[in-house]
Amino acid sequence: MSFKHKHLLSIAPLSAEEIMLVLETADSFKEVSGREIKKVPALRGKTVVNLFFEPSTRTRTSFELAAKRLSADVINFSPSNSSVVKGETLLDTARNIEAMQADVIVLRHPAAGAAETLASGVKSSVINAGDGWHEHPTQALLDLYTLREKKREFKGLRVAIVGDVAHSRVARSNIHALTKVGAEVRVVGPRTMMPYGIERLGTRLYDNLEEGLRGVDVIMMLRLQLERQGRALFPTIREYSRLYGLTAERLKLAEPGALVMHPGPINRGVEIAPDVADSFSSVILDQVTNGVAVRMGILYLLTGAN
Amino acid sequence: MTILIRGGRVIDPGRVNGPADVLIERGKIAAVGPKLKAPADAKILDATNHVVLPGFIDLHVHLREPGFEYKETIASGAASAVAGGFTAVCCMPNTNPINDNQSITEFILEKARAAGLAHVFPVGAITKGSEGKELAEIGDLRRAGCVAISDDGLPVMNSLVMRRAMEYAIAFDLPVVDHCEDLHLSEGGCMNEGLVSTQLGLPGVPAAAEDVMVARNLALAELTGARLHLAHLSTAGSVRMVREAKARGIKVTAEACPHHFMLTEEAVCGYNTHAKMNPPLRTWADVQAIKEGLRDGTIDVIATDHAPHATQEKQQEFAAAPNGIVGLETAWPLTLTLVEEGVLTLEAAVAKLTTEPAKAFGLKNGSLAVGADADVVIANVQEPWEIDPARFRSKSRNTPFAGWKVKGRVTTTLVGGKIVYEA
Repeated sequence: MSFKHKHLLSIAPLSAEEIMLVLETADSFKEVSGREIKKVPALRGKTVVNLFFEPSTRTRTSFELAAKRLSADVINFSPSNSSVVKGETLLDTARNIEAMQADVIVLRHPAAGAAETLASGVKSSVINAGDGWHEHPTQALLDLYTLREKKREFKGLRVAIVGDVAHSRVARSNIHALTKVGAEVRVVGPRTMMPYGIERLGTRLYDNLEEGLRGVDVIMMLRLQLERQGRALFPTIREYSRLYGLTAERLKLAEPGALVMHPGPINRGVEIAPDVADSFSSVILDQVTNGVAVRMGILYLLTGAN
Repeated sequence: MTILIRGGRVIDPGRVNGPADVLIERGKIAAVGPKLKAPADAKILDATNHVVLPGFIDLHVHLREPGFEYKETIASGAASAVAGGFTAVCCMPNTNPINDNQSITEFILEKARAAGLAHVFPVGAITKGSEGKELAEIGDLRRAGCVAISDDGLPVMNSLVMRRAMEYAIAFDLPVVDHCEDLHLSEGGCMNEGLVSTQLGLPGVPAAAEDVMVARNLALAELTGARLHLAHLSTAGSVRMVREAKARGIKVTAEACPHHFMLTEEAVCGYNTHAKMNPPLRTWADVQAIKEGLRDGTIDVIATDHAPHATQEKQQEFAAAPNGIVGLETAWPLTLTLVEEGVLTLEAAVAKLTTEPAKAFGLKNGSLAVGADADVVIANVQEPWEIDPARFRSKSRNTPFAGWKVKGRVTTTLVGGKIVYEA
């Protein structure tokens, strides 16, 4: 089968088959990153623009490496050194970039729907690298890639997503992706961090971390956005950590061999204890490595280089 | 000039509903009845297959002048009004500067006179600068021509200030209008809080943000005995509380906007900024409750909350785009959908655009009684047409109804016996 989408804006409209196609395409690129000369000519002559309206090191670097390993030309464009501060709208900024013949625009933006707005106004392919609380589709794809590498099968896999689901684009993309490929998804956290109707997206809701972890195969910890303390979502970091932090003790409640994931950057000692983050169960760094391969796969599929 | 409107069906709610002619002399209604004889000098308007109605009254519009003339001016807003059959509009005070003193009120009235189209009735601010702290000079605002007071989109959060405003307004028999929104509950929200906001990752505004303020305002109206008018109800909870309050004799009137009975939160999917308004589009159950409220009279008035915005303002990321849509030129066909669905009789629908708003704000307009100003609309209920924002008289094009195929068109509008609009 082929990938029929021009943009990657969200996981929601993808089929399980399309998700699997991305993972299989990434397989063939993972090997490239292990070579002496980490480069293939698949996107030679193509231009990829990283348009980042939010600070990001990991995701931007990962996209940049992915594009470079495919031999594309890469431009990084971020609002601090652009005309955005002069009041230019997102669409005008993007049209200017497009006028420089960009083939792909990778967008990170604080507003949900920004990637969709952009895609409706430009001819380039758009990849959503995170839009507000909405989605972060490549993160979910690299998480699935990592899971498949370690667990082989998605069917029946029990996954607990722990933390501030309401404000997490990573959670939304993963809930869509995991339920599509047949995994069971639990969301765990205080109700202040759960969006309306989250169970209707096919998840089970747990208020209590111990109950939520019992028997799971995978634990995805979400980053606690510390600045939200003043927003009455949780009383103190101390109490949050006591109730919802992943410790070695709590990890024992999960299935033996359970994996611990985190989209990063981690708050050591807040949502995850240092010894857990560094433990054998943790695949946090595998996620980062696989991110490059998955993004190479996406760039390859969207540019029609196949 | 003498005008005879001949051959139509006159609906003057509570007074006339049937075939009749309308004779207009010297700007006033001179006679309404079957087969009137045309005076020698009369201009004849043929209303065959049309309804002849009192001019519509919109209790809730934003004319944007002074301050935001790039969105709308009083003249363009008045032109939009008469094109939609509205012969009177009540403009909210959230201009720049805010209409919190008589000089702004006088400016608005002067601009409206110069435009010479629809009547414009300003709504004055409740508090100075609509800051919710100190009362505006409400007596002056009344004397200058304001017909109600409201802080509209900047609702008075302090319940004591609201209580004082209600008490003070009693001396002037002014209705106090509130946009019911608890600003703490709604903070940061840009659509209804529900399944769609969860899917889209947009911050939501719960129905409770409206409900708690409706409850507060009803309690204060009961306490003070003031006239309370609730703007653009959007939730089932609001309708339920207003129904109960009316049954207990509290002096409250309420309005609903066409978009709140035509659309649900689903319209936001795809981050459609033309579906972004405040209060937000709610759920199917809320839409049903609004319709039931309109049907049983809990909701007295259909108002548009006409809120023009420039194209580039709506072409932004959803959270950054401003709230609101233009409504004056689409209200008639959208209201008629309620008649087609059997929610309202045609007469009841007309009443919610004419006699009921007049009653809520104590305006003498809204009827075809002999001697009244000849503010008259000739419209049909069956003509199919497609909503094309490019043809709007309004300066702005922001509507979620673009491309909708609707039925019923305003063909002629008269204000004070003068033809101000012909399709």
